[in-house]
Amino acid sequence: MTFRAYIIRRLALLVFVILGVMAVTFVVSRVIPTDPTALYLGGGRHTPEQKAAAREALGLDKPLVVQFGLYVKDFVRGDWGNSLRTHRPVLGDIMGFLPASLELILSAMALAVVTGISMGAFAAYRKGRLADHTGRVAAIAGVSLPSFFLALVLQIVFFRVLGLLPVAGQLSISVAREYPVTDITGMVVVDSLITGNWVAFWDALRHLILPTLALAAYCAGTTMRMTRSAMLDALESDYARMAYAMGVPDRVIVGRYALKNAMAPVLTVIGLLFAYALVGTFFIEQIFAWPGLGTYATISILNLDYPAIMGVTIIVALAYVTVNLIVDLIIAKLDPRVMLS
Amino acid sequence: MMDTTVAVRTSRFADWRARHQSGIEEARHNLHVFLRDKLAVAGLIVIVATVVVAVFAAYLAPYPEQGRGDSDMANRLQPPSAENIMGTDQQGRDVLSRVMFGARIPLVISVVVTAGVLLVGVPLGGIAGYFGGWIDEAVMRITDIFLAFPALVFAMALVAFLGASLRNVALALVITWWPWYARLVRGMAISLRERPYVLAAKTMGVSHFTIIRRHILPNAFGPVIVQMTVDVGAVILEVAALSFIGLGAKPPTPEWGLMISEGRQYILSAWWLSTFAGIAVFGLVLAYNLVGDALRDILDPRLKR
Repeated sequence: MTFRAYIIRRLALLVFVILGVMAVTFVVSRVIPTDPTALYLGGGRHTPEQKAAAREALGLDKPLVVQFGLYVKDFVRGDWGNSLRTHRPVLGDIMGFLPASLELILSAMALAVVTGISMGAFAAYRKGRLADHTGRVAAIAGVSLPSFFLALVLQIVFFRVLGLLPVAGQLSISVAREYPVTDITGMVVVDSLITGNWVAFWDALRHLILPTLALAAYCAGTTMRMTRSAMLDALESDYARMAYAMGVPDRVIVGRYALKNAMAPVLTVIGLLFAYALVGTFFIEQIFAWPGLGTYATISILNLDYPAIMGVTIIVALAYVTVNLIVDLIIAKLDPRVMLS
Repeated sequence: MMDTTVAVRTSRFADWRARHQSGIEEARHNLHVFLRDKLAVAGLIVIVATVVVAVFAAYLAPYPEQGRGDSDMANRLQPPSAENIMGTDQQGRDVLSRVMFGARIPLVISVVVTAGVLLVGVPLGGIAGYFGGWIDEAVMRITDIFLAFPALVFAMALVAFLGASLRNVALALVITWWPWYARLVRGMAISLRERPYVLAAKTMGVSHFTIIRRHILPNAFGPVIVQMTVDVGAVILEVAALSFIGLGAKPPTPEWGLMISEGRQYILSAWWLSTFAGIAVFGLVLAYNLVGDALRDILDPRLKR
């Protein structure tokens, strides 16, 4: 199978999965509730005219298959309904909140990947020694710690006890007023860096540290465990033994040969990490008053803002599926054998 | 007369032992390996202790009424002291008692979720793997869709639509977890269906249903049990997480995630509210993960190192 055919097959699968995801959300939002118009209109009393208009808009008088067709069509056209709380289009709201989340997710993933891969590789190299055992306990602890609890602990330690780092928002109010950041990507750290706004950059970086740590713990633990086991496979392989026998330094065997061959499973984990980080923002962001998708999602959930909840669910599924596709394509490019299975 | 009965009994037991000789030795060996892993043993002790505390919370807790929800407004937000080892909360309730009663919820939910996942995922996976063909395709494509979601986000959306309650949290967790087990059991069933004893049963005219129930599912059980031990920690985390954002337990339920959430407002003045509940979640999840990790190493030879 050529790489091109593989891409086409994967894209077809992607479309199928997205349709499936939409079928599930459709069932949850339109078929299970006894009165979908009430969800569509929000709380309070509604006049019969309003209800009739809602029925019309949702197409509830038509057969289920047609309803689903309309539902998919609206989504494809970018009409994701209006938020019951902000009264703005859901898609617009989501796009406004997305950059802040991406900033947090990317920095947490970067931290998790760097620490996870290096610690995992080191643990595999020192298999059965103290470093390996310590690493194992640290990794298990990382995946056992509720991220929202870690966030609170970090707040107590770094804000209340040490007074070192800020705990709310992306920028201090005074900095935002005196050194306003030009909005280019929507990610404050990136924007201030591009525009050379050093005061705001430093401030934004300091605001990013604690939420990043809280989000990265789980991801780092998972990466570390995966890297360790993939590296053990690689280090026990014939070419690694051969290199060792030929007197190639350990540093080169681990760093150059084994790590490269252990990359495929590690890359797969990075796709998973994205999902963990994305879900993690739902709990971390509101604690740090971070104006991202997670905060938007939790507020929508508490306000029973159904169109917004559906929108967030679908954007999360879309993002997750796309990231996994990209990861799989990279893996296929690195190791053409996976295209066969 | 009595002597013969005893003799028969012993010989039956000896018989049983003789027939299961290899199994017994393997179990003994596995137990030995498990006991050598000090961390896993510690985890097991924590789990057993939590079960004891959960079952006997009414007798063990220093203030059982407060553990259930009775407030004592005169004693609000007292720091840890001799009377209240973990301090008191925003309604003057003893935090230790609340934490002890809180142990009941993850225990009950993990049992319910596990049972639900077993009832849905295991038979579906068994049927898909055993029959193959379009049945397999259909079940696997459905699991594809579920696995394409981050499970927790889907669970949140479900609970948001169904209404916030612990019952709906359990339901949502079953709906999002069963596909993993369906896939696991399917893989086992595919390899089992070609085994001589299954083929023999088929030629003898044993019905498909009986073959799946008697020959496929029991043999797929080991890996399922291991996977569950590994997953219970994650289930407990998710329940606490959903309660934390307001989708699970409702006040005054002594649920750990909810307690962490309630303590957030006082986090800078009364650290003990969130901290002890958080340590409880962390400790129990860590214990399950340590035990699950050790079990997986022992029982899943592919991962043995």
